[in-house]
Formats: sequence, C-alpha cells, structure tokens
Amino acid sequence: MREITYRQALNEALAEELERDPNVFLMGEEVAEYQGAYKVSAGLLQRFGPKRVIDTPISENGFAGLGIGAAMVGLRPIIEFMTFSFSLVAFDQVVNNAPNMFMMSGGQFNIPITFRGPNGPAHQLAATHSHATENFYASVPGLKVVTPATPRDAKGLLKTAVRDDNPVLVLEAELLYSSKGMVEPPDEELLIPLGKAEVKREGSDVTVICYAQTVPLAFKVAAQLEGEDISVEVVDLRSIKPLDEQTIFNSIAKTHRVVIVEQDHPFCGVGAEICYRIQKNIFDALDAPVLRVSQEDVPMPYNEHLEHAVLPNAEKLVTAVKQVCYA
Amino acid sequence: MQPVEQRDEVEMLSLMLLIRRFEERASQQYQAQKIGGFCHLYIGQEAVVTGAVAAVRPDDYVITAYRDHGHALARGTSANACMAELFGKETGCSRGLGGSMHFFDKRHHMYGGHAIVGAHVPLAVGLAFAIKYRGEDRVTLCFFGDGAINQGSFHEALNLAALYRLPIIFICENNLFAMGTSVKRSTSLKQIVDRAEGYDIPGEIVDGMNFREVRDKVAEVADSIRKESHPAFLEVRTYRYRGHSMSDPASYRTKEELEKYRLDDPIIRLRAQLTREGKLTNEQFDQLDKRAKETVLASVKFAEESPELPAEKLYDYVYFNGAKP
Repeated sequence: MREITYRQALNEALAEELERDPNVFLMGEEVAEYQGAYKVSAGLLQRFGPKRVIDTPISENGFAGLGIGAAMVGLRPIIEFMTFSFSLVAFDQVVNNAPNMFMMSGGQFNIPITFRGPNGPAHQLAATHSHATENFYASVPGLKVVTPATPRDAKGLLKTAVRDDNPVLVLEAELLYSSKGMVEPPDEELLIPLGKAEVKREGSDVTVICYAQTVPLAFKVAAQLEGEDISVEVVDLRSIKPLDEQTIFNSIAKTHRVVIVEQDHPFCGVGAEICYRIQKNIFDALDAPVLRVSQEDVPMPYNEHLEHAVLPNAEKLVTAVKQVCYA
Repeated sequence: MQPVEQRDEVEMLSLMLLIRRFEERASQQYQAQKIGGFCHLYIGQEAVVTGAVAAVRPDDYVITAYRDHGHALARGTSANACMAELFGKETGCSRGLGGSMHFFDKRHHMYGGHAIVGAHVPLAVGLAFAIKYRGEDRVTLCFFGDGAINQGSFHEALNLAALYRLPIIFICENNLFAMGTSVKRSTSLKQIVDRAEGYDIPGEIVDGMNFREVRDKVAEVADSIRKESHPAFLEVRTYRYRGHSMSDPASYRTKEELEKYRLDDPIIRLRAQLTREGKLTNEQFDQLDKRAKETVLASVKFAEESPELPAEKLYDYVYFNGAKP
C-alpha cells in the first residue's frame, strides 16, 4: 500500500482500463489537451493518443449520446462530465437512452458506458453548479450509481464500473480530489464490487450511514463524540444503486440507533429510501426513530455563511446523533 | 472496399408494397384495438428508406425515429416480427417491450426505433464514431423527420460529426409536417438542407417520391464516404398520406394537397418506370401485391397466436446480467 490522492487514484484507474481494453476510450470537455478540468485525466493524451482520449465541444447532450451510440456496437466509453451539474443538459441521454435501451430493444442492446465526474456541492459555486444528483439518477431503473469517498474506493469502483455491461454513473466527490489515502500498488489489480457498503469505523452505540462528501464529516463527528463516550459506527454506502442493505442492517442490529447523513436534498433523497427499508425490515431492532441530516430544501446560495447553513455539517450531525442516543 | 450490389428493382418494388400493405393492416388492427400506444404510419414515404437501403450494404448501420416500421422491414426484419411487436408479443423484434416506436433488430443492423424527437441523432453519431474508431468502411444511415432539425441534440450531433469527420449520412425525411405543424411554421430556413451548410457538411435535396433518385444519391454519397470518411446530409422531400399518428385526423392540410401527392405515389411511379422499360407486366405487379398482402395477413395470424413475455421475466431486461438491484 502507498498513499496517493483521490485524483491520482482515478487517473490510475483510467490509465489501467485504457491500457487493458482497446474498446475503452475517454471523452469529455478538456479531458485531453487541457489535461482535465480537475486534472483527473492528466497525462492520458500523451500516453494513449488522441484516438483514445478525446476533447469535445461544450455539448453534453451530444457527446453523452455519442457515447451511448458507440456502446450499442460494443465500445466501452468513459464519458466525463466536467461536473454532474452539467449532466442535467444531457438528462435525456442519461435517463431516456442509456438505461432504457436494454428493455426497449428486448435485451438486444446493453449499454456498457461509464459517466463520471465531480458531483455534489463544492465551495461557493451557487445554485447551478452545486447539484448532488445521486437521488435523481438512483431513481431510474437501469442505471447504477456509485459514490466513492476514498482514493482506494475511487480507483476500485471506477475500474469495476468500466467493466460493467450496464450504464454506471461514478459520482466523484468534488471536494475530495486532493484528499489522500492508502491504495494498493499499481501492479495489484484493485476491483471493488458495485453494491457493497463498507464499515469504515467500528462502533457500538450508533450507526452513521454516509457516502461521498459526508464520509469525512461522519469521521470528524465520530472522533468528536468519542470524547463524550458515544461510540459511532461509520457505514460508507460507496454504492447508492445497487444498495447494500445487508451491511446497513447488520450494523443497526448491533447499535440499534441510526442517523443517515447525505449530501442531497431531503425530499425524496437517498436517506428517505434507506429509512423506508430500515423500518420495513428491522423495525424491532430500532431503539429510536431514524434521523436524516441532508441539505436544506433550498437552492444553494452563494454566500459562504449561508452555504454552510444549507449543507449537512458537524453541528447538525452531532445534534442528530445525540438525539437518537437520547444523550 | 466491398462493392454494393445493385439490388433488383422489382424486388425493391415488392418491398415497398410490403411496407404499404403492412401499414394498412397495422392501421386496421390499431382500430380493432389489437395494437396499443402510439402508432405512426409510413404510407407515402416508402421510397425513402427502400431507396436508401438498396444503396448500402447489409452490414451498414441504420437508425431512425419513431416512424420506424418501414425501416425495419426494409432492413430485413420479418413482417411476422414487426407485427408481433405491434401486438406486444414475445416474438416481436423487441420482444413486445418496445412497441411501434422502438423496433430494434441487431442481426439486421437496425439500431432502433427512437421516440424522443432528435434524441437518436447523437446515438447515430456514436455508431459512426465506432466505425471510424475501428477503422471499418461501413456507413451509418441516420433517418429523422423535419421536426427533429429544431432540437438541440440534432445541432450538437451535426457539429460533432463534422468535427470528427465521421462516416454518416443524415437523411432528413421532410414530409412537410412536424407532427401537425407545417415546416413553414416551425423552421426559420426556406430550405432544410441549408442547416447542413452551417456545420460545413455537404447537403443535397432529393426527390423522396422517386425510388431511383434516392437510391442513386445515397449510393453516390456512401461511395464517397467509404473512400474518405465524412458526414453528408440529404433533405429527402416526401409526404405522408396519414396523420402524424393514428390519433391525428390531419385536419391541418387540404384534401387537394393530399391528392396532389397521391398522384405522385412512389409505388405507382416505380411501377410505371419498370412497365415502360418492359421489366414488369401488370400480371407480375398483381402477383407482387398479392404476395405482400398474404405475407401481412399471415403476420397478423402469427402475432395473434404468439405468446406474451411473462411478468416473471421483467427483471431480466433491466440490467444485462439480469441482477435485481
């Protein structure tokens, strides 16, 4: 194991998959000559050439559709959205074409495509550039949605996504590109299955379910509450769809208390679905109502102070955890 | 380069008759409520797809919008599989899961059947991208109506095709109406073909009621593309005799206008050409028509007797590996 950044981990995943399979190509705005808006694709043009690493005009709908068409005849495109906020311009392709094709064609055309890029609120980008899209996309049958929070998960999940025979959205955490973590050496194949959550920190009093940018938040709160004698178990979903219910249920069977901290909006958010499944399946294991911490139900304001107030933050999470612990 | 075989014109006339009779029967079965959803008929436009397909190879890629019955039949999908699809049966070309607007046939390189106006044009560009990526000499034929040319996806797709110099023929089937709105009321240009110029794509106007003209023009353009990859645009002027869909009485046009086009019918025209040249007798034509009607009648029987996909199999068609998320 060695320590690398989330950005480097994604870069390694892309390079390894481009190297492994000639059907894989990377396409998006400024992925080639500019080396990637967030430098995730740095060096790939030089290594694989312009046939495999392709710059596009600012035409998300057009190049998302191009990728889906190429996937219909067996190529395995990796389509980068500069941010998933821009994927909304390609919503018709991502929602209507990619996941519907297999059913509509009676099983003749599966779409082995990966859509990837940063997702979720970053820092003072205001309403149009701060979308957390996981709950929109996870509600669409035929799509898979993963949300890595660590360099290791970023690399392992992206590589698995590229090899999946269905459309997969890899929602990267914009604020975590420079974060560091331990990852297997490059000569060791790292594949992390889609649909497997991970207990990232063991605890006994309360389960905090988190993903993507809320994982470091959960860790921060867990460390803080350690000093107050509350033992927090941190469950990182890693994958929103498929959803690993079992790991969630196992943790709650142990702690009997749960808070879900999500980066999307409260109405029909990811936590709402998880909450439903918990009460349906292990109602008797609960010692307190399930609580959710999410964004406020407002468009994102630019003002830094107000942005902080909208986002899930440590104060809100601490309050929720104490509430379910009746502490 | 593999040469394109000149398809026999009598055979192509017989294909146009099959499409015509298929659509008439589909209309009847729709009214009898054997067919659900939306159903858009191709009657009047037969020479467009027949001419285009006659000019290319069986392994070239074809993709179109929702008025797709003729495209599947022209590509070689059986009338049985097409009618069964309309009936929602498992034996349909999309196993009864796509319906009228979503005909797919991988074996015959028919890539749909797409129902969001303009949304398949980027997909077509992706098919062409894959051809160039693999260094093949295939061509993609992308059919769409005059309504699609005002969608953003169309413009983005044309720009990408021109930028990457992809092997694709954009075939605009201009039947003068985008649903119920005439081209004059929906498009700022006087001529649709001028859209192509804006993307530095060569474009031409073709008489879509004339099988030979469509075939020869598509053959010429496809030949040029196979020599050196590039996109091309054809505005093919045609006319649909029926409404936009089965629920449209087409009251936005006059009977006189419709009659004018009926006199210029593509089937009558090719028949007259062949008869004049001594290649077809009246008896032979009647035989072809009789055979088309019989094939279509048999397809109705086939569709009626076919099974439906059981609900237990639904989840087999969501993810490729059949896994339930």
